[in-house]
Amino acid sequence: MVETGVTKKIGRIEFGVLSPAEIRKMSATKVITADTYDDDGFPIPMGLMDPRLGVIEPGLRCKTCGLRAGKDGCPGHFGHIDLAMPVIHVGFVKEIRDCLRATCRNCGRILLPDERIEYYKRLREEYIKEKKDTSYILKAIINEVKDVEKCPRCGREVGKIELDKPTTFRENGKKLTPAEVREWLEKIPDEDLPLLDIERKAARPEWFVLTVLPVPPVTVRPSVTLETGERSEDDLTHKLVDIIRINQRLQENRDAGAPQLIVEDLWELLQYHVTTYLDNQTSGIPPARHRSGRPLKTLAQRLKGKEGRFRSNLSGKRVNFSARTVISPDPNLSINEVGVPIDMARELTVPIKVTEHNIEWCRMMVRRGSNPTTERGEYIPGVNYVIRERGGIKQRIKVTEKNKNDLAEKLEEGMIIERQLMDGDIVLFNRQPSLHRMSMMGHKVRIVPFKTFRFNLAVCPPYNADFDGDEMNLHVLQGEEARAEAEILLKVQEHILSPRFGGPIIGAIHDHISGCFLLTYGDRKISLDDATRILSNVPDKEKLPKIHTDENGKKFVYGKDIFSTILPKDLTISFPAKICSHPPLDDPKECPTKTCVIIEKGVLKQGVIDENAIGAFKGIIIDRIVRQKGVDAARKFIDQVTRLGIAAITTFGFTVGIDEEDIPVEAQRKIEEGIEKAKEKINQLIEIYKRGELEPLPGRSLEETLEMEIMRVTGKARDMAGEIASKYLGLNNSSVIMARSGARGSMLNLSQMAGCVGQQAVRGERIHRGYRGRTLPHFKEGDIGAEAKGFVSSSYKKGLSPTEYFFHSMGGREGLVDTAVRTSRSGYMQRRLINALENLKVEEDISVRDTDGAIIQFVYGEDGIDPTKSARGKAVDFDKIVTEIKGGK
Amino acid sequence: MAKSTLSKEDVLKKIAKYVKKKKYFLPPGVQEEMAEWIVKEKLFDKIEEFVDKTFEQYRRNMIEPAEACGIVAAQSIGEPGTQMTMRTFHYAGVAEINVTLGLPRLIEIVDARSTPSTPMMTIYLEGAYRVNAEMAQKIANKIEMTRLQDIADLRLDIENIVIYVDIDEKSITRRDIKREDIIDKIKKIKKVKVEEEDGSLKVIPEEPSYKGLLILAENLKKLKIKGIDGIERVIIRNEPGEGYVIYTEGSNLEEVLQIEGVDSRRTRTNDIQSVARVLGIEAARNMIIEEAHNTLMEQGLHVDIRHIMLVADIMTVDGTVRAIGRHGVSGEKSSVLSRAAFEITVNHLLRAARKGEVDELKGVAENIIVGQPITVGTGAIKLAMGGRRK
Repeated sequence: MVETGVTKKIGRIEFGVLSPAEIRKMSATKVITADTYDDDGFPIPMGLMDPRLGVIEPGLRCKTCGLRAGKDGCPGHFGHIDLAMPVIHVGFVKEIRDCLRATCRNCGRILLPDERIEYYKRLREEYIKEKKDTSYILKAIINEVKDVEKCPRCGREVGKIELDKPTTFRENGKKLTPAEVREWLEKIPDEDLPLLDIERKAARPEWFVLTVLPVPPVTVRPSVTLETGERSEDDLTHKLVDIIRINQRLQENRDAGAPQLIVEDLWELLQYHVTTYLDNQTSGIPPARHRSGRPLKTLAQRLKGKEGRFRSNLSGKRVNFSARTVISPDPNLSINEVGVPIDMARELTVPIKVTEHNIEWCRMMVRRGSNPTTERGEYIPGVNYVIRERGGIKQRIKVTEKNKNDLAEKLEEGMIIERQLMDGDIVLFNRQPSLHRMSMMGHKVRIVPFKTFRFNLAVCPPYNADFDGDEMNLHVLQGEEARAEAEILLKVQEHILSPRFGGPIIGAIHDHISGCFLLTYGDRKISLDDATRILSNVPDKEKLPKIHTDENGKKFVYGKDIFSTILPKDLTISFPAKICSHPPLDDPKECPTKTCVIIEKGVLKQGVIDENAIGAFKGIIIDRIVRQKGVDAARKFIDQVTRLGIAAITTFGFTVGIDEEDIPVEAQRKIEEGIEKAKEKINQLIEIYKRGELEPLPGRSLEETLEMEIMRVTGKARDMAGEIASKYLGLNNSSVIMARSGARGSMLNLSQMAGCVGQQAVRGERIHRGYRGRTLPHFKEGDIGAEAKGFVSSSYKKGLSPTEYFFHSMGGREGLVDTAVRTSRSGYMQRRLINALENLKVEEDISVRDTDGAIIQFVYGEDGIDPTKSARGKAVDFDKIVTEIKGGK
Repeated sequence: MAKSTLSKEDVLKKIAKYVKKKKYFLPPGVQEEMAEWIVKEKLFDKIEEFVDKTFEQYRRNMIEPAEACGIVAAQSIGEPGTQMTMRTFHYAGVAEINVTLGLPRLIEIVDARSTPSTPMMTIYLEGAYRVNAEMAQKIANKIEMTRLQDIADLRLDIENIVIYVDIDEKSITRRDIKREDIIDKIKKIKKVKVEEEDGSLKVIPEEPSYKGLLILAENLKKLKIKGIDGIERVIIRNEPGEGYVIYTEGSNLEEVLQIEGVDSRRTRTNDIQSVARVLGIEAARNMIIEEAHNTLMEQGLHVDIRHIMLVADIMTVDGTVRAIGRHGVSGEKSSVLSRAAFEITVNHLLRAARKGEVDELKGVAENIIVGQPITVGTGAIKLAMGGRRK
């Protein structure tokens, strides 16, 4: 058996224009009949579906190469149409125009004396050496030729060449036929071509005028048979039929010596058909349409744009062994696992090569068949296909209940079995839009019942996933190389730190944070029973907490000690918690609320665990563990901290009700008073403005100044309401806990619920659209007071008045529109950025070069540091070094 | 300790010597920071240990060869784009001036627009101008664009085909403009006579026509009396610890820098192209980094400066500021397929055919198109195992 690991590699691709001779040479047949199939349904010889152009029906053999249709069969062969009269190629009209303008009709030379030509040739050499765009030279030549009146060589008068879009040329207003254009272009000598920006090896200018048209293979334009038995032809075939028909008529008429006028009309019609065949969106001519009125999709349309060949089929490819379904959360999975439903696992397979070492195991697997279970009905992987090679032809044999034993017996080394997915397989998991590399990570499979993908909640931030119906994709890796790469580079724990800012992007969210906060806030004492329940949810603890006894003889454990059980023993760190409101301190022990975190040798001595400690994006502890103990330890920590948080929050209980936002009557009155005062203030401002006494801000009109002042007052009023409200909402309030610990929501949300919603704005201004002089019929014309311009003084709890509700909806709508516009704009920006930067690579000498070898940076990022590994952007964490050195003293 | 006080320079020298001896590679920036820390923490007798530890960490934090740093940078800047605001008008520092921020500004920066949508300058002053309000105002007057409509009212007398210009004396004294200057400026308009009449100026077109009068009135309104082109509004503020600073709406770096009293080293604009013109490509590069970084920071999004540097560097490598997109970086790529796959597919293919271009298939997009491993990351390394051969 020969191991054929060597595949052909495409080294380079050369582009060029096909010459008429080449087109004829590669043509399998000349196409002369406009019809496709005869009455019996057989393709007409020398028609557009001639079997020499390739075959599409499975089983048929191609008459040129003898191969069958299908994947590895006949790729199809080109034919050709001999055009009765030459026509212009629309794609090259600009080039033709330039050639005509720059050269003499009589002698074909560039309309410049020799020394100028020599000069431009030297300039061109220079441009090429400096890798500059040579098209400027042609522009300069054409500019210079403009003033030439007579050809310096043959003395012919130079005519003025105009291009009548899309394909008509005129010399001094007189029409040039494509035949005349071609004749002219033929005269241009090869030596002048470089200056016309044409490479002789690739093209001759007269080839821009078509005399023979290649007919693409049938495989490029397959016809589909509808269920009625009717054949529906491809758009290209339709267009080719048009071309052949007109071409025939033109030929007949010309040969019969028809009047010049008729011939010319037909000629122009042929030009139209060839033009639309090449590009059906040429400006200046109506697009060719299908019978139904739909514009035809011709050659240029096939390539162009997002749905075109390039972006949709060449830059993006479809794959097998992939799956997609709805996602749902499962806190009991590790962050690097993904729950795959059984139904999917049965379909998705991993190829396994049968060797002398695993042949017995493979036999056992094949014997299981394609739907095996344990005696208890649990999932175990089976085999779907056995692939064997017979005489160079691959055979895929489906494993069934009938043939499984037979296949197992016949299993030989070198065959491949396609085994169903099993626990521990590594797969790629992805959520679109894939905005960064963390949108596609490697997970270990866990086969689970039901129909959804399951994964740990800590992995939501990198995928930006939630569970309101999101779907995600999964790809099963098919090669050893791919699996090894995924194992080393793509696993979730390898991506805990984001390369964007060098901090953790995977970490605790929502209830994890609330749970840990409840556990560690203050000196919470937890009964032994509860503590046991919480800790039983956390596997592989570093240590167990100390048990204390209170004055009543009851055993309890401190919440902080419970959290310490999952901290690595050698972790020493201190930082201010999210909840800390004081300015930075030198000594965290001085924290007035005792909420600054101090961890010494894996023991939480002081402080509260919140978003700053374990949250995604911020979690300092996670960050430190990744750097100090490595990614696997961090994975373990995140697994544990999420389980601990959930265990704690379920043990303590955590709920939010509508009455949480109740504030005492006196507070409500205070808020109302404050809002009244603000409204009065606004009225005063309006009074001052109306009296003309308002002092305008520099460079602003009076109206603008007034608006700005009012906006300031309304803003203040909302803040005031929020402040009063939050005074009565303490840390015994669940919403406040969530907001302050960073689990979810903000204090602004709360103050809008309890205090006052505040000023609604559209485009950063108070709401002013609506009727003439007023926003709604509820107000007087010209009223510019607070209520009339969208100030919502109610709270969400109290409820909004009809006018307030309307204004609030206006503000909300702006937000929705904003999001819609933003996604498309930022998506396009990212596409451009990726395209501009995709070829950059760090070399061995830490310089950054593109794939052509041009140096972009001599040292990556000026210091050669990987942003992922950097210490908050800095190259080296000096703080840590100082601590280490001082500690070593 | 005997050597308890070493200056930063001395420490730096020691570090450099040790680094050279050990053949370490440490960028100057890191060495400098190291010296600062040593001075701050007074670890003068531990310099060598400090350098060793720093180098060890530095080496660990170094970027790995073959890393696709460009793609990572593009993603790191593009991904937070979805979280940014679209609101164009926002107030930064000076409440009176509107500045484009958020996503539109970021797009503007990578587009390398010839003028930003809200050009703005912060003009710092030198010497006495910094502390003296009157002198600062003088500079401001010189800079601010003053048109006739800002200092005078126009009355059209359609019957006699003349325009009366009533000059507001208060505002011209405030703006330091002389009456004669205005008359001179108006006289420079072709085919116009100016006479004084009852304290206002009478502007008479030589060829009286109604249409001509209206056009003349428009031209008069827009007539530039004083100031620098492009600078629409100025605001003077007394900044604590700095003195008077002039903020302007509109930007014209070339001319502002020539005004006496303007501190040309600190004065800033948000117009990248003008910085490239006046101060050179390096300045433009630094400005792209700073503007992009500030735009992101202002939105509360942290993006590592190295990603932004890479974008700024690719925009400026060839000595001009190139846009990220088909008119700039992407359009100048050497690979035909890569360009065709980005935008304007057909034109690139036709051009390639005419010029006989060759795609060497070195880049990422090209290799994806032909279905081969890409040349960055793990695809950059070629390794074959010597297996059994026949």
